[in-house]
Amino acid sequence: MALITCENIALAYEGNTIVSGLNFTVNSGDYLCIVGENGSGKTTLMKALLGLKSPSEGRIIFGEGLNKKSIGYLPQQTAVQRDFPASVREIVMSGCTDRLFYGKKERLTADENMEKLGISDLAKKCYRELSGGQQQRVLLARALCAAKKLIILDEPVSGLDPAITKELYSVIENLNKKDKLTVIMVSHDIKQAVTYASHILHIGEKPLFFGKTDDYLVSDACGLFSDRGE
Amino acid sequence: MSFDFVKYALITSVLVSLCAALLGVSLVLKRYSMIGDGLSHVAFGAIAIAAVLKITPMYFALPVTALAAVVLLRTGKNSKIKGDASIAVISVVALAFGYMLLNIFSTNANISGDVCTTLFGSTSILTLSKSDVYLCLGLAAVVIAVYIIFYNKIFSVTFDEDFASASGTDTSLYNLALAVITAVVIVIAMNLVGALLISALIILPSLSAMRIFKNFKSVTVCSAVIAVICSVIGILGSIMFDTPVGATIVTANAVVFALLSLRKH
Repeated sequence: MALITCENIALAYEGNTIVSGLNFTVNSGDYLCIVGENGSGKTTLMKALLGLKSPSEGRIIFGEGLNKKSIGYLPQQTAVQRDFPASVREIVMSGCTDRLFYGKKERLTADENMEKLGISDLAKKCYRELSGGQQQRVLLARALCAAKKLIILDEPVSGLDPAITKELYSVIENLNKKDKLTVIMVSHDIKQAVTYASHILHIGEKPLFFGKTDDYLVSDACGLFSDRGE
Repeated sequence: MSFDFVKYALITSVLVSLCAALLGVSLVLKRYSMIGDGLSHVAFGAIAIAAVLKITPMYFALPVTALAAVVLLRTGKNSKIKGDASIAVISVVALAFGYMLLNIFSTNANISGDVCTTLFGSTSILTLSKSDVYLCLGLAAVVIAVYIIFYNKIFSVTFDEDFASASGTDTSLYNLALAVITAVVIVIAMNLVGALLISALIILPSLSAMRIFKNFKSVTVCSAVIAVICSVIGILGSIMFDTPVGATIVTANAVVFALLSLRKH
């Protein structure tokens, strides 16, 4: 059974249906990029996968013992976070959501993930004084503390410069290849998406494409997207 | 001569300020600073209604304010009227309504005295009975215990509600708890500083703490410490210089905030 199966989903935003008839599956170890233009419902779909919103039609089925607690989530930064007084360690630890009080286990998990993302030396630094790329690594480390099977990333590189973007993509690639973590990424950067992802879901007013990246490159949907200047 | 009244006043004001300051850290960071202000006006309106209906103000004001808190936090997120506008509306309407009721139905000749006491706090803080102090002790113990037990969750929900909710935390429950506790603290604190000044107790200590510290735990602890020190200074100051209690405590907080703001630049 697949990790996630979406059956005939329709999504609405403020009462208007933005996408319907959506069918796709995510298997363990996949690296799925959800692409589409602004307002095409990428973020709404992601929120539905996270259980923050329910689809107006159809259903999302979790398999292989996947549940909310085994999903890590990297949201886009909010205004609240930009001037939040918190240390890097405090934020990374907050990804350990299993228990009310943190113990040795949580500290180890946090250390491990900070190590993995190369931010161990920033542990005591204040989050709001970090650069955009560093902040993104901190939030990714937090997501990893929660992610046991799946990580969902919402436009993880938006606002980052090209060098940092490349770095972050290779970090995510490593998580997928080395740590066998399933990745779902929402992105509008089609070039990077086809470089790294194993599967592509392209949504517009209707689902335009779902399948392997190689097949996507020769599909009509891909041409449609690149014609519009992406 | 007995100084029991000073002791009682000190205990209650320290506890109330402490609770307000703890809540303040989350409220300020969640951009809910004005909620304290709005709710205190609702509490004022509720007390006016209670006075007209001749019910004990506390029993009526507490549930009404808690209800208003829930409504405000709910609408803040998804209604057509945005959070700050709905707070402003509820706030002024409750104030106007309360004042009107007091004027129409007042049995007391000294209306402006009554209103002034409710708005700016009374000297009754210096005439507290033992049972008032116990009530305050009990509620403060609950607030502090809840804060400590759920500290990590409070951090998580304050910093990133979407993440917390996506990873299985019931954020609406925490927001509800935050709203209700805020309402309780506000209604109790009205005795101390009055309706108009209550938000100072909520906002100022945490803002001061954020001037010094850069991580959440230190900010929380420091905010509590500042609140305690300022309320002691405020009570003693008001007795020594014969100034209004609430205003003196708020002034002490404002001075601390000003000093810490200047320090940096």
